[in-house]
Amino acid sequence: MVLQSLKNCLWLSCVLRTPKACFWSTASGGLIIQSVSNDVYQNLAVEDWIHDHMDLEKQQILFLWRNSPAVVIGRHQNPWQECNLSLLRQKNIKLARRRSGGGTVYHDLGNINLTFFTTRKKYERMGNLKLVVKALKALQPQLDVHVTDRYDILLDRQYKISGTAAKLGRTSAYHHCTLLCNADKFVLSSALKSPYKGLKSNATPSMPASVKNLFEEDPSLTSEMLLDAIAKEYAVQHQIDHHITLINPADETLLPGISNKTKELQTWEWVYGKTPKFSISTCLNIAYKDSVLDVKVNMDVKHGRIEACNIDLPEQWLPPGLNRELVQSLTGSKFCPNETATLVTTLLRVCPQDDELHSRWSLLCENMIRLM
Amino acid sequence: VCIHRVRSCSSIRFIKSKYVCVFDKSALKFSHQQRLFRTSPVSCGQIVQFKLSDIGEGITEVTVKEWYIKEGDSVSQFDSICEVQSDKASVTITSRYDGVIRKLHYNIDDIAFVGKPLVDIEIDASKGVAPEEDVVETPPMSHEEHTHQEIKGHKTLATPAVRRLAMENNIKLSEVVGTGKDNRILKEDILNYLAKQTGAILPPSPKAEIVPPLRKTEAAPAAAKDKARRIPIPVSRPIVFSGKDKTEPVTGFQKAMVKTMSAALKIPHFGYCDEIDLTQLVQLREELKPLAEIRGVKLSFMPFFIKAASLGLLQYPILNASLDENCQNVTYKASHNIGVAMDTEQGLIVPNVKNVQVCSVFDIAVELNRLQSLGSAGQLGTSDLTGGTFTLSNIGTIGGTYAKPVILPPEVAIGALGKIQVLPRFNGKGEVFKAQIMNVSWSADHRIIDGATMARFSNLWKSYLENPASMLLDLK
Repeated sequence: MVLQSLKNCLWLSCVLRTPKACFWSTASGGLIIQSVSNDVYQNLAVEDWIHDHMDLEKQQILFLWRNSPAVVIGRHQNPWQECNLSLLRQKNIKLARRRSGGGTVYHDLGNINLTFFTTRKKYERMGNLKLVVKALKALQPQLDVHVTDRYDILLDRQYKISGTAAKLGRTSAYHHCTLLCNADKFVLSSALKSPYKGLKSNATPSMPASVKNLFEEDPSLTSEMLLDAIAKEYAVQHQIDHHITLINPADETLLPGISNKTKELQTWEWVYGKTPKFSISTCLNIAYKDSVLDVKVNMDVKHGRIEACNIDLPEQWLPPGLNRELVQSLTGSKFCPNETATLVTTLLRVCPQDDELHSRWSLLCENMIRLM
Repeated sequence: VCIHRVRSCSSIRFIKSKYVCVFDKSALKFSHQQRLFRTSPVSCGQIVQFKLSDIGEGITEVTVKEWYIKEGDSVSQFDSICEVQSDKASVTITSRYDGVIRKLHYNIDDIAFVGKPLVDIEIDASKGVAPEEDVVETPPMSHEEHTHQEIKGHKTLATPAVRRLAMENNIKLSEVVGTGKDNRILKEDILNYLAKQTGAILPPSPKAEIVPPLRKTEAAPAAAKDKARRIPIPVSRPIVFSGKDKTEPVTGFQKAMVKTMSAALKIPHFGYCDEIDLTQLVQLREELKPLAEIRGVKLSFMPFFIKAASLGLLQYPILNASLDENCQNVTYKASHNIGVAMDTEQGLIVPNVKNVQVCSVFDIAVELNRLQSLGSAGQLGTSDLTGGTFTLSNIGTIGGTYAKPVILPPEVAIGALGKIQVLPRFNGKGEVFKAQIMNVSWSADHRIIDGATMARFSNLWKSYLENPASMLLDLK
């Protein structure tokens, strides 16, 4: 990927050695930058950094980036509602929460991300999306692509190939969107399918849509070609050189404070803790010996932590004290399988060492953990 | 002191005069705090309704998603107040004023309207003093300061408190580099600037307590001390200690530790320590490491320690037992499920390797690798975390020699392994040689384990490790 970017970037060596001031203040009214990293957290941190530190009055910025497999949820969304967290853990797909609103998207290297940075006054999404459509049509005139009034880009009037979100601050704003070139649709659909039942929440829901890759329409298209075409169109519209500057999101001298931003985006408090308050009301069907138990579970989760918890077990299935202990331990803890597993296994250490009891307990706890 | 703080509100003046007579200067603090506790009735500031400004794109309503402040909080200009959402756009609303939040007009998930009030902010009547700042006498912000900035032609962003600090120290804000958001000048920046000027580390800025004369005397000895030790210390920022105690509930991993260790208190522990000469084992591992790597496994010392422990438990099964609640029965566990203490980001977790008695050293290494990667990813399952019968804690990877490990109920013994050190020792011929020495500290439940048993087990374990070839004789 880096080699292909080198093809695009004319001044690579010059740019990397340029001191910070020079790098950022170009004479033109626009700047096109591309990230050399595929780490979703690093790239989101770049967006934050530009939003917080750059003066966009004289110069607008187009930021191009791609990520290795990741699911990105909107600022006010609920990850349990939006994706299959256990599948993500299994397949090592990262989960990130961005600062802009909107719905959940799946990123991999077959998807490109575009961020348009402007001042708050010049914030205008429709124009940006029309720019993208124009670029696509210039690349492949046969493409039937258009922008809807929901700020989606549709292919053949039915398949979504791009989703949009935006963030507005006091003086600056950014609008970013995805563009499906050649993403893994199978992983996409299974990752974005939540298996968690009984969730009640006011978090922003996502609108599921049928998606299609541009590659399916025209196999000659690659992500690099799309990035280049869009950069070219942006350059034309902003009357600047068609020149993409590469930036390294790990470069602390160029972007002072970026590593802190990157770290913050990875914290549990940000990714899960920022979930709006929600409740779970479900029934665990536990198969035990020859029967199936119905165990009603109710939980309130706030800031990603279990605020209140109630487990309705059949009488005498577990010693009464133990159920109470479980509820007490869970209250205040993170709604997280790792923490719950640690707590419940600890409780096993301090209760009577009875095989029957242990197997019932393990069964109940495993089912509880599956909710998370 | 009171004179300078004349306020238009009569009731405040009343309180001041009443208290000043009875107590002394510290009363200023009391009256100040009194003022904070009182809300609307005695507020002297002007209440301004901060309206939700235009979002753009013709949007008229938004949903309030998160409040960053609550009623009673102090805000400065440009502080974030709340996050609202409208049609896939998340907007951070920042304050236009310095003051105290008096009322939030919406709850989370309510619809807020552009042009309608969002919050009520009480702005101080005498501009230039934010409520939570110290009550040191200060002249009100001079007009010269204002005009000076205007002449310079650029706006310097700084809260009134910061401006006052600058003025007190005769600093021109335009000469200070701001490191806050939008190049805002923060208190640290002023202190930094000052430190650079005088070459001294200044005492922390007083907060709500100090009275001028006191501050001057504090500053003097500090300055003298600094002059005495003029060693250039690379200090980027003077340490401004405004730390407060922070109380958090005990949850998650910590809670688990509290439960486990509290239960462990019931066990009468005794300790037994020894040192092991691992010279031969170190050599053996060096030889076997590449073989394991070919098979895709990282081979540490732990698999050897674990296997040797299991061989020892075969001879001393009482160390792999469990005592029931009433201390009436001892259960000798058939499986050697040896726990390995792991330090993860979240805290201490102890998964175990199952049935070590039928595992080879390589099998154990494979399993350890699996548990370690799951542990660091936070994905250990309940089956990995339960059923342990004996535990080893390799604290030596972090450091230390001898330790006093705590037994994890319902087990009856635990071993802590220190770091491997190269130390001089005497061999059979009385010559000094380089030995790789590791210390082990065992703890055992003295209700069913006696010192002799522990010592013999330890000697057996030690002999296997000091002479690894002897393990071959007893491997099953």
